[in-house]
Amino acid sequence: MSGPAEKAPRWTLWLPLALFVGFAALVMIGLVHPASQDVPSQMVGKPLPQFVLPAGVPDRPALTSHDFVDGKPRLLNIFASWCIPCGVEAPVLGALAARGAEIDGIAIRDHPADLAGFLAQHGNPFTRLGADDVSAVQLAIGSSGVPETFVIDGHGIIRYQHIGEIRAEEVPFMLGKLAEAAR
Amino acid sequence: MLAEFALAALWLAAALAALQLLAGVLVLSEKALVLGGIVRPLAVVQGLLALAALLGLIGLFATTDLSVALVAENSHSAKPMLYKIAGTWGNHEGSMLLWVAVMGLAGSFVALVERRLPERTMLATLAGQAFVSLGFYAFLLLASNPFARLTQPPPEGNGLNPLLQDPGLAFHPPTLYLGYVGLSIAFSFAIGALVTREVGPAFARAMRPWVLGAWIFLTLGITAGSYWAYYVLGWGGWWFWDPVENASLMPWLAATALLHSCSVLAARDALRAWTVMLGVVAFSMSMIGTFLVRSGILTSVHAFAVDPLRGKFILALLAINIGGALTLFALRAGSVTEGERFSVTSREGALVFNNVMLTGILGIVLIGTLYPLVTEAVGVRVSVGPPYFNPVTALFALPMMLVMMVGPLLRWRRDAPGRVARAQGWVMALPPVVGVVTAAVFIAHGGIGLLPLIGLSLAPALALASLLPLRGRDLTRLPLPVWGMVVAHFGIAVAMAGMASDSAFSTERLIAAHVGEETRVGPWAVRLAGVAPVAGPNWTAMEARLVVRYDGAGATTLTPQSRTYWAPPQTTGVSALLTRWNGQLYTVMGEEVEGDRWQLRLWWKPFVPLIWLGGALVALGGALALLGRVSADLKRISVRTRMADRRQRQGR
Amino acid sequence: MLKPKHQRMVLLAAALTALLAAVLIAAWALRHQASYFYVPSEIKAHPPEADRSVRLGGMVRRGSVHNEADGVTVDFIVSDGRADVPVRFAGIRPALFVEGSGVVAEGHMVQGRFEADNLLAKHDEKYVPREMAGMTAEQARQTVAQTK
Repeated sequence: MSGPAEKAPRWTLWLPLALFVGFAALVMIGLVHPASQDVPSQMVGKPLPQFVLPAGVPDRPALTSHDFVDGKPRLLNIFASWCIPCGVEAPVLGALAARGAEIDGIAIRDHPADLAGFLAQHGNPFTRLGADDVSAVQLAIGSSGVPETFVIDGHGIIRYQHIGEIRAEEVPFMLGKLAEAAR
Repeated sequence: MLAEFALAALWLAAALAALQLLAGVLVLSEKALVLGGIVRPLAVVQGLLALAALLGLIGLFATTDLSVALVAENSHSAKPMLYKIAGTWGNHEGSMLLWVAVMGLAGSFVALVERRLPERTMLATLAGQAFVSLGFYAFLLLASNPFARLTQPPPEGNGLNPLLQDPGLAFHPPTLYLGYVGLSIAFSFAIGALVTREVGPAFARAMRPWVLGAWIFLTLGITAGSYWAYYVLGWGGWWFWDPVENASLMPWLAATALLHSCSVLAARDALRAWTVMLGVVAFSMSMIGTFLVRSGILTSVHAFAVDPLRGKFILALLAINIGGALTLFALRAGSVTEGERFSVTSREGALVFNNVMLTGILGIVLIGTLYPLVTEAVGVRVSVGPPYFNPVTALFALPMMLVMMVGPLLRWRRDAPGRVARAQGWVMALPPVVGVVTAAVFIAHGGIGLLPLIGLSLAPALALASLLPLRGRDLTRLPLPVWGMVVAHFGIAVAMAGMASDSAFSTERLIAAHVGEETRVGPWAVRLAGVAPVAGPNWTAMEARLVVRYDGAGATTLTPQSRTYWAPPQTTGVSALLTRWNGQLYTVMGEEVEGDRWQLRLWWKPFVPLIWLGGALVALGGALALLGRVSADLKRISVRTRMADRRQRQGR
Repeated sequence: MLKPKHQRMVLLAAALTALLAAVLIAAWALRHQASYFYVPSEIKAHPPEADRSVRLGGMVRRGSVHNEADGVTVDFIVSDGRADVPVRFAGIRPALFVEGSGVVAEGHMVQGRFEADNLLAKHDEKYVPREMAGMTAEQARQTVAQTK
């Protein structure tokens, strides 16, 4: 009962697929576009903004932007005791420190007691530790959340920004970025 | 050890899915017909292994094994046991594991019981199911392993988002997932039917119980989710058109359309290509919804943590599954002949109208959900909310409701309005008269917006009309599916009455009250009797004691809280509700303000529980229909075996 | 009753018409009903019509939060470093509403003041609202300098 003449136009059968392809293209743009935008790579290649932060805990020195201009590349980790992934990241930072990376920390919007508790629980891999109670440095450096880790070269230039926690399998990668920054 | 066993079970399940796909393809291409016998057992074992992996993860959460990264990130030893277990699926990895476990189990169930279709179609269906599962196994194993160990286990876990520490969470996601993933069966059936070109009433009858089952769970999940958002968020609203909510609504709309077109195909052998397409679309909507929520490309109030890599992985999975299925549809649907004819005024005509309108609503919701993404691509940020969704979906929903009043009264194939009017007599006039009278009453009452007014007048008319199919029938012998339809349509009317009543008659009061102060909201007198600190297993709170009286009647005490959790540290309000037959009193406590006063937000919401009662009725209708279909199928099977027996005996 | 050929065409036409109608209606409604996101300097430069619901995002300026005598209304200033917009909100504030942190308010402009129906603070303390992520580092630095 359905000879070729009685068929609906063939193109209509492709319509659902065409709609889906449109959707996929749209979300592809959505996926790729913000990823390249909200990694504020604008800051990569630029010098660290000027800042002076008070010490977050008594047993580590305070942190200023001048500390980074000493010829040695280092990691700058932005974290907080209230941040869940930071606790997961802490042992990885410990592993990085154990393999010779020098890590400075900035605690965001933290209370001294919570911070001390966090470090006592997860270990303290930081050489210096500043307390940024109003997110001033965090915003200036172009970070939108915690944890984030920056690779800073010996001249205080930001060479790489890592958003989210560093996972155990990314330790060699981060060490590589540090070695790159030393060159 | 448990984590390793569970991970091994998951890998094994993935391997079996690959084997199932391979065997299916080999049989269908007639390269190795002997493999035909192993496809069903493979599907069963694969489902059981996936279940074992899920049970393993539940065990790890129940014992708070902190050496597993996922547990350490999302659980805490001080949590009550219910939330430890619910925490299993309160995170990305765990919820994906739940997804594949449900998918595997659904596949094993089909493999075990479904014997009506030609075996080739069944093999193609099971191969399709294996193909889709395989993608999700790969996603779990390669991009979101739930069983990853930590080298140095932390002494304590990080806890679960307090908003998620709620009894509703324990049941809400699994219910919704049963619905989402249940639709994968319809998807696989559609693929199987396209591969073997066997689209007909038998296909529709085989698919229908699965669609019904998934649809029941979706309905329950959406209803429960709406109630959860209503009392947990403390905003007094029950639907926010949030992307997560839309993600659950879209598969429901597609499944509802599929359900109705299925019955056309089963009863009248019409709408073949359309039904197959809906089968593909319904599960596609489940996957798209999950993708939109998980990839984080849309922000939502209740999204999980986001990883762009995972987003790309799921997108690739979507492209393969949905793109592949739709390509198959485009290539094969042309050779699926169109079915029986019918006139515009007929049961089929009404159901086609229902399908087209549901598809329209689906389009409206999808476009509204994606619109922020479109504008973001050109650098403009917008959000789309109720001012768009409410009137625009109503534009399609209202005509659909009007047709829904008469559709069930029409005959299949061809009917005339005059015949229906004659058959029903004066009763036919009742729904429109009731509608118009209600509308007149509320217009005279005044101060009601257009949409609530339409809803309030349509609801009683619809409720009456939905009962008309029962008229003149022997109620004791009426088939269960007809009862199911009546109950579900009645439920829609009930839910609509609740929605309209909430927006038309809710009253709100926002004050800062001294202890001892009394205030009024609607017919209620509410006195702040005291504020005291209380503590729970993992939180502390300030609790208000509100003594409330309805219209001078006896007093009841309500205790809303402002609760502070310490793992993770977070403050959230806990509302307190009092339900009467004619509505709900909703109380929320805020913070302390100068002058020893406490912020209170109170709502009186007449008839608002009807929304969820209606949702439950719709699901009940679905359950009745499912029961009717399944028992009819069982009867048919037993008759067939008896006849086969007799033939055998006579032959001997 | 229609011939099969015609029936197919009619069904197809109906489906396509409905789809097209849905798209057109959606496109039309979205232009009028979508609520746009503004930062304070944009809302000052191009204020939206008074009845249009929009979102305003920025930093809650330090020291600007003022509670009204009724105990439930709060006035504060949202700033992006280049412009300040006074905001009024009556209701129970989200726990994450703090001076000096980011906020997104939903509501509309009434005579130079933003009347907020709702304040959004993401449930998750980890991230600032998504809309704020697009602020340039320069804007953010100025904002912070001013809200200190």
